[in-house]
This record gives sequence, structure tokens and C-alpha cells, in this order.
Amino acid sequence: MKFPLSITYWSHFVSVAMFSLGLLGFLLRKNTIVVLMCIELMLNAVNLLLIETSMRTNTPEGIIMVVFVVTVAAAEVAVGLGIVLNLYRMKGTVNLDHFKSLRG
Amino acid sequence: MLSAPHILIAMILLPLLGSILNGLIFRPAFAKRAGVIATFFAASSFICAALLFLNLHNGAPSISWAMDWFDVGDFHQKWGLKFDSLTAVMALVVTGIGSLIHLYSIGYMSEETGPSRYFAYLNLFLFNMLVLITSDNLLGLFVGWEGVGLCSYLLIGYWYEDLDKAKAGMKAFLVNRIGDAGFLIGIFYCYTIFHTIRFDEIAKLLSTSSQFDLHLLNITAFFLFVGATGKSAQIPLYVWLPDAMAGPTPVSALIHAATMVTAGVYLICRMNFLYMLTADTNAIIAWVGVATALFAALIATSQKDIKKVLAYSTVSQLGLMFLAVGCRAYFAAVFHLMTHAFFKALLFLGAGSVIHGLHGEQNIVHMGGLRKKMPGTFLTCLIATAAICGIPPLSGFFSKDTILFSALAGSNQGMTLWILGLVASTLTAFYMTRMFVLVFLGEYRGEAHPHESPWVMLLPLLILALGSAFTGFLGVPHGLHIIPNYLEHYLSSVLIEFPEQATSVSEHSAMFIATGLAVAGISVAGFFYSKLSRAESALRGLRPLQFIFANKFWIDELYYLLLVGPFKRISAFLAVVIDPKVVDGLALFPARVSSGVSIVLNVLQSGLVQFYLTILLLGGLWVLWHSMKGWVI
Repeated sequence: MKFPLSITYWSHFVSVAMFSLGLLGFLLRKNTIVVLMCIELMLNAVNLLLIETSMRTNTPEGIIMVVFVVTVAAAEVAVGLGIVLNLYRMKGTVNLDHFKSLRG
Repeated sequence: MLSAPHILIAMILLPLLGSILNGLIFRPAFAKRAGVIATFFAASSFICAALLFLNLHNGAPSISWAMDWFDVGDFHQKWGLKFDSLTAVMALVVTGIGSLIHLYSIGYMSEETGPSRYFAYLNLFLFNMLVLITSDNLLGLFVGWEGVGLCSYLLIGYWYEDLDKAKAGMKAFLVNRIGDAGFLIGIFYCYTIFHTIRFDEIAKLLSTSSQFDLHLLNITAFFLFVGATGKSAQIPLYVWLPDAMAGPTPVSALIHAATMVTAGVYLICRMNFLYMLTADTNAIIAWVGVATALFAALIATSQKDIKKVLAYSTVSQLGLMFLAVGCRAYFAAVFHLMTHAFFKALLFLGAGSVIHGLHGEQNIVHMGGLRKKMPGTFLTCLIATAAICGIPPLSGFFSKDTILFSALAGSNQGMTLWILGLVASTLTAFYMTRMFVLVFLGEYRGEAHPHESPWVMLLPLLILALGSAFTGFLGVPHGLHIIPNYLEHYLSSVLIEFPEQATSVSEHSAMFIATGLAVAGISVAGFFYSKLSRAESALRGLRPLQFIFANKFWIDELYYLLLVGPFKRISAFLAVVIDPKVVDGLALFPARVSSGVSIVLNVLQSGLVQFYLTILLLGGLWVLWHSMKGWVI
């Protein structure tokens, strides 16, 4: 079975768009939770690409990879939200501009 | 069985051991016993010296011992020791009087809380002095020379909390550096001319060969003499010695009267084979000596501080010794060195006893009448004063007359030198009697409650008084034909015989004139100063002169104006302008550059994670762009 070119084209387009939006949000948004969400967005952009490739080439590796990515993402979110919670307890805010401890 | 070199080494090292024990090991625990420990080591050293002296007296050859010291290029130096008759006399004086002064210090320093440091320094001084006099070469002598200078500095500034005393120590150290520079140049000349700095080898070269340039020898002798003027407080470097009286009085007695300051005289006597040949330098030495003797005696006549009087007296007596070596009468110099060590140490210790009894009073105007309060000090000081004035048959009489007659018979200008020397010794009689009368006779004029010193202080006084009275008989001049001159015979193996010239005044009449003048000086001072009011009314006419003498001819002020002041101004200029602007500027320039650059770069480290990531992304894109440029676009 072979996907029509247009679907490949669209899934690539959506994946790149999702990744770019995620990257921009990651770099520009100030709310830490939104930043975490943007990371998820980028991960899922990659997942989409992996699924598309796996289906196009009719191989299972891509889908297996996606399962791993989702697992790691879940663990990452658990840790990340915990950190965010502690950050909030520390400063009373989750605005990233208020966290400058690395400043020299 | 101990051999002679072993005893010699023990003699030198025992005081060092005492110094280490007191200064480094026992300090807190044995502070009360420090004096006893130090005296024990000094006395053991004296016993060694006495054994070696007897050994030499019985006709044994002089002792030599050497070990490798260092090799630099083709310069091989051994640490050589030599114990001949001159060293024997010096060692006996140094360790003997040194031991007595250690004993005396136990009493004198009894009010100090921790005299360990004091006794450690005192023992260290003995060690260095013994190094100085036992060395068989100029370099070893120089090591001891610097060592005694160091101990002198440490002991003058012993009460270093007092800024004036610390400064006096520094002055002594710095003035001595000037002389030491001359001494070093002299050593360099010696090595250049003879290719050796061992006394024996130089003496051998000078006696076997006459190819040496007399001019160069004169320069060498002159520079060695410059070193001697520093250590032995001669014009123009005498200024440190009166200030050195800031130290404890036993130190003044041991270092600044009896032993260390005579090192210069010892150096020239040790090098007598060289000085025999250098007539030009000898003339300089004789004139400097007699000028110092006169000059210091004049100043001493108007000083009010008991220790200052004695200090200028020491300078004056050292001047007489240099007069003797300048006239090539080396025996006379050593003889006077020895007798002077006894009576001057005694005078200083007596002064110390007086100061101790009066709880720190040093002004002779506020003393008087101590004859009854301190009979022991009074009697011993009477002997010492009579000895330094030159009353026969005390020791000073013989040694001073030997010097004065040597001056008369030693050179072409003998008559002038002799008369000046006579004036100096008459003045000596005058100011010593003045001091003695003001301190011990008349009525007590002070406020303190004088008390006699304890026996540990009186015993050394008594022994030194015996020495002051009788050591003169060791060197009775030939001209008197009473008893043979033992000391001159004993020293004849080292010191060259005095080249006597015919004189217009015979030795007997010279002696008679000197004694007469001394008695005159004593009578004048005794008459005027027995009543202070009489002296004051008599001095009214001489007020300007007395003013000059009391202010020491403003030599210190002159040196300050010419040397210290400009030096301080240059230092201030360097400290205020050159150091902060030029030196600091050079050092700070790289620091300022890196600090400026870092301020700019610091902006990048904002602490914002998103900013870092943005930079990272841009960087990654840039790398990607460059790596793909070749094959995509």
C-alpha cells in the first residue's frame, strides 16, 4: 500500500508547522506551563513525522519509537510539573523572567 | 680524649646551643631559668677558651680546622677556623666578659616578664662574635661580622614597643650597612689581588713577593678600614653608637663597649701584614682615629645622660685604638682593646646598677650622693673611672700610654698626633670625673629611693674591677723595665713588631706628662662639679661651647639634612608618584582591560534560560547554514 503524495506533503507540512510553533512558543512564552506544553507540541510534531514515515515505508520502527517518545514525554511532564510546582512555591509566580539565578 | 679542634668547635657552638634552647625550645616553660641556662653556656664557652689559651701558652702550635663550605666556579671556599694568640686574647675577653655580663643580666632583667628572648639573643651574639674571631679567612669573618650586627640590632630594639628604641636599632643596622659595603669591596679587592682570602695565604704572598701594586694594596686597606669605621663607630659613621644606648644596659656593656665595636680594630690587627705596607691608608686611619677621639671626648663633656657619656667615651677610646693601628702599633691597640673591655664594661655595668637602683633614672643631674646608698657600685666604679682616666698603676694607664707613645714614635707627624691624643685623654679624665662626681659624690638630688643591687649584679662588677685594676700588668711597656711585657711576647707570633722611630720625648717623660694631664683633668672636674652651682657659674662664660657640645655638633641633624632628608623625599616621590601611577598602572592595565571586556560580555549571561536557548538556536542555524552552503545552494 502506498500513500498518495498529497498526504505525505500535508503531514510534513503539519509536522513542521507544529514544531515551529512549539519552538517559538518555547522561546517566547513566559508562562512555564505553556513552555512545557510547547515542548510537548514539538515532541508530538516529531511523533507525527515518525508515524507518517513508518506507514509510508511499511516498517514498524517508527511506531515503536513513538511509543518510547510518548512514555518519556509522560515521565518528563511528571517531573516538569513537579519542578513548576516547586518554582511556584518558591517565588509565587511561574513567569520565567523572574528566574534569573544563573545570572553572572 | 678531646682534641684541641674539638674544644675549639665546642667553644663556638656552645653559645649557639644555649641560644637555640632558650629561644626556640624552652621559651615559655623555662622563662624564669633562661638567665641561668644562658650563663651556663657562656661560662662553658669561657672554660673552653681558657683551656685553649693555656694550651697555646704552653707552647702548642696554633690550632687550625677546616671543612668544605662552597665551590663557585674556580672559587673554592673552606669554612676554616684558626685559634692563634690574637684569637685567644679576643676569645678570652669575649667569653669572659660575656659570661660576667650574662650573670649580671640575670639580676638586671629580673623585672622582665619573659627574658628568654633577651638571653637567646645574648648567646647568639657570643656565637657570632666567636665565629668572627676564629675565622681564618675574610669571608668567615664577614659572616660573624654580619651576625653580631644582627644581634646588635635585635638587642638595641629589644623593647621594640617603644618606637624610638626600635628606630635606634634600625639606625644602627643601616649605618653599619654603609660600612659593610666598604668591607665587602675590600674583600673583593683582596680576592682580585691575591686570589685568596685566607689570612695565612695573604700574609705568605705579601712576605715572599713584592710584585703587588702598592696603590691597589692601599685601596684594599682603605675599604677594609671603611668597614671598620662602621662597626667600630669612627667618623663619619659613629652616629649609631650613642643611639644604640636604647638597648638594655648590659647589652651596651657587652656589645657596644667591650666586644662588638672592637671588631674593626680586630680586623685591622688581623690584617696587620697588609697594613704594614700601606703608609697612605695608615695616615688616614691615624687621623680619623685621633679626630674621633677628640670629637667624641668634646661631646662627652656636656652630655647629661649617663649612658650617653659612656657611649661617647667608647667612641673616643675606639678612636685611640685606631690611632694606634694607624701608627702600626698593633699590640698597643689590642692591649687597649683588652683593658678597655674591662673598665668600660665595668662602667656600663655600674651605670646599669645605678639605673636599676634608681628605677630607670638616667640623667646624672638627678643623681648624686650614691656613695652611701650603693657602696659596692661606688667602689668598683671608682676603680673603673681611675683606670680610664689613666691613673697608675691601673690598666688604662699602661694601655693608654702605650698608645700615646706609639703615636709619638710611630710616624713623622707623631708629635701632632701625640698632642691631640693627649688632649683627648685629658678630656677623658675630665668628663669621666665629672660623671663620677655627679653620680656618686655630693648630695642626692633625685626623687627615687636608691637601693644597692643584688649580688648577681655586684659579683660581675667586682670581678671586672679586679680586671680593670690588674690587667695592665700583662703589658707593661718595655721602657719602664719593671716586669717583662707578657702580652706583647704572647702576641708576637701574630702581630708584627712596632717599628719604633727615634723620638724627641722619652717614654718616661711622655708617661709623666700624660699622667700629669690626667690628674689635672680630674682635679678641674672634681673641683667644679663637686658643687653643681659652682660648675654652673663657671660655665657661664663657656655657654656657647657647651651648647655646641651638648647638641653633638649637630652632626645628626647635618646627616638628616644631607642624606636622610633627601632620601626620604626621593622615597616619598617614589611612593606617592611612581608607585601608584607607573608601577600600579602597569600592573592594573591588564586587569582593567579584562574587567572592561567582562562587563561587556557579562550582558550575555542574563540568567534567562530562554535567552540562552535563543542564542543556541541561532548558533545552530548559523552552523547549519555554513555547512550546507557548499552543497545545497
